[in-house]
Amino acid sequence: MSKTIKFIQGNEVCVEAALYAGLNFFAGYPITPSTEIAELLSSRLPQIGGRFIQMEDEIASICAIIGASLTGSKVMTATSGPGFSLMQEALGYAIMAEIPSVIVNVQRGGPSTGLPTHVSQGDVNQARWGAHGDHAIITLTASNHQDVFAMTVDAFNLAETYRTPVILLFDEVVGHMRERVVIPEKGEHALVERLRTAVKSGVDYHPYLPREDGRLPMSDFGGVHRYNVTGLAHDMWGFPSDNPQVVHGLMRHLIDKIQNNAAEIARTREYYLEDADCILISYGSSARSSLHVVENRRKRGERIGLLELQTLWPFPDHIVRERCRRAQTIVVVEMNMGQVLQQVKLAVDRPERVFLANRMDGVFINPTDIRNILRLIQGKGI
Amino acid sequence: MVFSGSGGQGVITAAIILAEAAVLYEDLIAVQSQSYGPEARGGSTRTDVIIADSQIYFPKVTQPNVLVCLTQEAYNKFYPIIRPGGTLITDSRFVKTELKVDARQIELGMYQLVMDAIGKPIVFNICMLGAVIAITGLVRPESVIRVLETRIHPSFLEMNRKALDIGIKIAQDINTPS
Amino acid sequence: MPIKDYIRERFFPHMWCPGCGHGVVLNAMLRAIENLGLNKNDIVMVSGIGCSSRISGYVDFHTLHTVHGRALAFATGVKMSRPELHLIVPMGDGDALAIGGNHFIHAARRNIDMTAVVMNNRIYGMTGGQYSPLSGYGISATTAPYGNIDQGFDIVELAKAAGATFVARTTTYHVQQTADILQEAVLHKGFSVVEVMSQCPTYFGRKNKEGGAVEMMKRMKEMTTPIGSKAKEAHPELIERGVFVRKELPEYCSEYNKIIERAQKDVMRKGL
Repeated sequence: MSKTIKFIQGNEVCVEAALYAGLNFFAGYPITPSTEIAELLSSRLPQIGGRFIQMEDEIASICAIIGASLTGSKVMTATSGPGFSLMQEALGYAIMAEIPSVIVNVQRGGPSTGLPTHVSQGDVNQARWGAHGDHAIITLTASNHQDVFAMTVDAFNLAETYRTPVILLFDEVVGHMRERVVIPEKGEHALVERLRTAVKSGVDYHPYLPREDGRLPMSDFGGVHRYNVTGLAHDMWGFPSDNPQVVHGLMRHLIDKIQNNAAEIARTREYYLEDADCILISYGSSARSSLHVVENRRKRGERIGLLELQTLWPFPDHIVRERCRRAQTIVVVEMNMGQVLQQVKLAVDRPERVFLANRMDGVFINPTDIRNILRLIQGKGI
Repeated sequence: MVFSGSGGQGVITAAIILAEAAVLYEDLIAVQSQSYGPEARGGSTRTDVIIADSQIYFPKVTQPNVLVCLTQEAYNKFYPIIRPGGTLITDSRFVKTELKVDARQIELGMYQLVMDAIGKPIVFNICMLGAVIAITGLVRPESVIRVLETRIHPSFLEMNRKALDIGIKIAQDINTPS
Repeated sequence: MPIKDYIRERFFPHMWCPGCGHGVVLNAMLRAIENLGLNKNDIVMVSGIGCSSRISGYVDFHTLHTVHGRALAFATGVKMSRPELHLIVPMGDGDALAIGGNHFIHAARRNIDMTAVVMNNRIYGMTGGQYSPLSGYGISATTAPYGNIDQGFDIVELAKAAGATFVARTTTYHVQQTADILQEAVLHKGFSVVEVMSQCPTYFGRKNKEGGAVEMMKRMKEMTTPIGSKAKEAHPELIERGVFVRKELPEYCSEYNKIIERAQKDVMRKGL
């Protein structure tokens, strides 16, 4: 069987990948620039016996997918900034109740209604800290369609592995542009399926008692184990508890299961880092402009490289620190006021060498923008 | 290259068909993007296509080698961005060109020919596409037809094929040195 | 089955105040389910936040205690994925109709098969006695120290207008009627709304000088009357009890199954 090659939008690639990963329930609400995801799934899901529903708002959308996930479905919702803001409470619920789910945010300019049709990467910190309370979260991104596919499949896999919501933080440029993507054959990209409990009917099942490896087998709603799920701090039965020991254990578990596996969750792409004096760090569509600059400057003999981040949270600080050790200049390229810049400064040994090349006016940062800022940093003037 | 016109003229569709033909049937690399929002519903529409034989990183066009303008408004807005010496294609019915433009300006009576031969403005964009592929030589007509076959109802295929041929023909006539 | 087979004894005593009406609703609900002879594995109870919502913790079904106001949205996801399950969604008046009002009307509009039980005590109990969208004009609450100027909803009228296909009202005084109505509501194929007027002696009763639980329950007996009774003609201010709407309309999940059929036929036809 030959591979399927398609020429489609990034949002459509996300749909192809989600279906490849086993998505069978989607709830959403129309919002630019993510709407193509909902539109396409409304036709594709019923074809495979899956279910699509357009809810009354984004709050209802994320709540519906959490409910569906508990019955054993693989679930996703997709939105953009304003909708992502509305989803934060239930996102926290999915974290607390440990419900596998995938939330796509195709970023646009903010705050508020902002720039609905223009690109931005302003939701990086919201993805990390939008939900209240201490927590850990997984957030992935991608700069090209093949990686949109891979990261989307990975998002479903990580959601199942760690029993957690995973955020896919794409942006308007990647979401809307069309380029080639190869849809892998079945089995080519490994899938992680729901880990279900081996506990038999009639024997006590503890939904929140981790196994030795830290994973929590699930039992589908409608199955033989009847248990409670709550957003309150809870014990191993899923019953509310404010016992400090129980709460402490729960919080440690929720954070450790992700932070302790940061190395496994970290995904990056590296270009010409071995001898680079100047390292660009970027992600999403701005990594494309960065790579354009790197390829051009390399041809002229400059020792410049790119570290492209695909995992934004947990922040891959160990990789950033290691790769940037010998670089003289580190320039973070992003379309916000320096949200990843702050993380890079925390990660590297000498934060004074870290600079920001950004745009946040709705215009896609282009190679000339980056080159001009590089020249300024190097003291050459524009 | 950049295709521009007004909403409803089908310039975006034409750009997608071209880029898809290049990727699926010519083994080339292509990226297509477009401006979204209120400007996509009336006003001037713009879509960017890059076709290359190596990886494309930055997906937008800053200086097009080929610029197509199907309305005066689009022409006035976009002619300054053309790469010096590039090719600027307009439809003579809608655009009055300026002398100061540093490009090879090709004025084609595509719309009139389509209306005379087919009578349906809906395939104007496919005619334009025919002219573009004839002038640039980037993509073979049969590749465009193969894309059209997957996208449109069979009953409309003949009309589109005809429009494509008209575009190719009118451009070839121009290309042939007189 | 004895009633204790439907509850999680491990988690008793419950957390409701003495005299609270919610325990009566729990009791009636379990009686209804017992009468219907449903398998516990086929029942999913989804609740939101508030005193009423704690009901889900005590019953031995699949139970989902969610966030404030969104129980019906969570329940929609469960039901869409597993249409064969019975969904029961107990909510408080603030939970269902203030923060959750939008989800309430849209679930009703879709006519998705689930039973929404609004335990209406006209006050926010969990947070200490603030006025709700059901308190009504003139009521005293901790956030209405000079009297409430908000008009209240009529849950029955709201549910009817929003498209619910089964709409009923009863009170915690009328225990048998509550069980009977809940039984019918659970069986009903479509979105059913059951308002159970309930008492909160701790906050509503105390703030509004309505006495304790016994006095409040007596009041519910006096202020209500069966639908279409003679008493209603003589005393129009009486609140009617009973089943207001009972009709058959296409149910959402059944309709979606048709969408699946259509989509799959389309695929076969096009040979996609």
